[in-house]
Amino acid sequence: MRFVDEYRDPQAAKELIVAIKRLSDRLGRKLRFMEVCGGHTHTIYRHGLEQLLPEAVEFVHGPGCPVCVIPMGRVDDALWLAAQPGVILTTFGDMMRVPGGHKASLLQAQAAGADVRFVYSPLDALKIARDNPDRQVVFFAVGFETTSPSTAVTVVQADRLGVENFSVFSNHVLIRPPLEAILGTGGLQLDGFIGPGHVATVVGSDHFRFIPAEHGLPIVITGFEPLDILQAVDMLLSQYRDGRCEVENQYARVVLPGGNPEALRLLGEVFTLRETFEWRGLGYIPLSGYGLAPRYQRFDAERRFQVPGRRQADHPACQCGLVLTGQLKPWECRVFGKGCTPEDPIGTCMVSPEGACAAYFNYGRLHREAAAAFA
Amino acid sequence: MCLGIPGEVVELHDGDLATVAVSGVRRDISLGLLDGVTVGDWVLVHVGFALSKIDEAEAAATLDQVKRLGRVWDEEIEAYSETQIR
Repeated sequence: MRFVDEYRDPQAAKELIVAIKRLSDRLGRKLRFMEVCGGHTHTIYRHGLEQLLPEAVEFVHGPGCPVCVIPMGRVDDALWLAAQPGVILTTFGDMMRVPGGHKASLLQAQAAGADVRFVYSPLDALKIARDNPDRQVVFFAVGFETTSPSTAVTVVQADRLGVENFSVFSNHVLIRPPLEAILGTGGLQLDGFIGPGHVATVVGSDHFRFIPAEHGLPIVITGFEPLDILQAVDMLLSQYRDGRCEVENQYARVVLPGGNPEALRLLGEVFTLRETFEWRGLGYIPLSGYGLAPRYQRFDAERRFQVPGRRQADHPACQCGLVLTGQLKPWECRVFGKGCTPEDPIGTCMVSPEGACAAYFNYGRLHREAAAAFA
Repeated sequence: MCLGIPGEVVELHDGDLATVAVSGVRRDISLGLLDGVTVGDWVLVHVGFALSKIDEAEAAATLDQVKRLGRVWDEEIEAYSETQIR
């Protein structure tokens, strides 16, 4: 098993694969588990996990890639901000190549002369603002609850230090609403969830109780190594064997039931829920995005600059929406690998390394080799 | 983007800041989301913030796995080496 040999504990992985096969045979039915997090999607393709597991276990890729779920209109708004006189637009590296309408990206805007800078941390954006008091520095913020607390701390610090030339264009989103949306459509047959480990460090494993309680499906919060994901699959199958349906925490070495209380407190202080927010592939979802709370509104870029709030339909050929909601596998998209590649992406799923399409594009060869090895 | 990478706290500073070594690269990060961090602790670092404490064995194993991610790791450590928040 050459693909297993690079795991942290190859022997444990081999034993788990055998155990999963045995359980799956015993259950005698097909089970489809959605991995919520783009990091998990990456691990699954990177290590050819689908091919190591029995055919009766299928991974369905979920909406948990923060770069992938940003609709094109918001990218266009960021491009508009970057074009305003005196503005330095800052964002994470992954956002630089995301195409807005007409395939324009921040990277292209930068090449055309706009002052767009990628930063590692929102605190870097704040530092740029302090170093450039005569400029307006906007942080184009994206991310789930893993990332939004960092923006919250940065805003509190800007307030404390009185950095008035700093503002945030918030595109922070919450993990629960898209899961509710996917479960609510009923179009997708799911049998359980592989829960996002790093979001759970903030929101806590208890945050996901609604999945068994309201939707009757098991969920196992898990880490990002292949062994973690194999263990999560084993735990999900075990719940079916035992007739249990609950939240289990495979990643207890990092994730607590109540999450990170200080991070949650800061989210409550700095942000307020928007009435609605647009998601790529899922459309508008009520109470799914964070805007700045009234107390911190003077750091809200949307207010400061009267951002146009553009709406932009996805590229007609792009099927990211179906990929993000687990209804289409990356290679089934009509432009996958043809019009849409990591070098020249049409859709967001091909931009971020955590996007299902980019992961499959980059590691599909391993995927196929693993399939051949186990044929 | 959601990657959390393990680092060792090597020095504490005023203003909830700490110098953290990630795979030998020493940069300043914020402790604004995590209480009770001391020198020698291992933490999961995400976009310049310590998100949670982890033990040393977990840190070593996670780092080993993250480094196998190739381009994702290269970009992450490159971005980390460019952070300058003080």
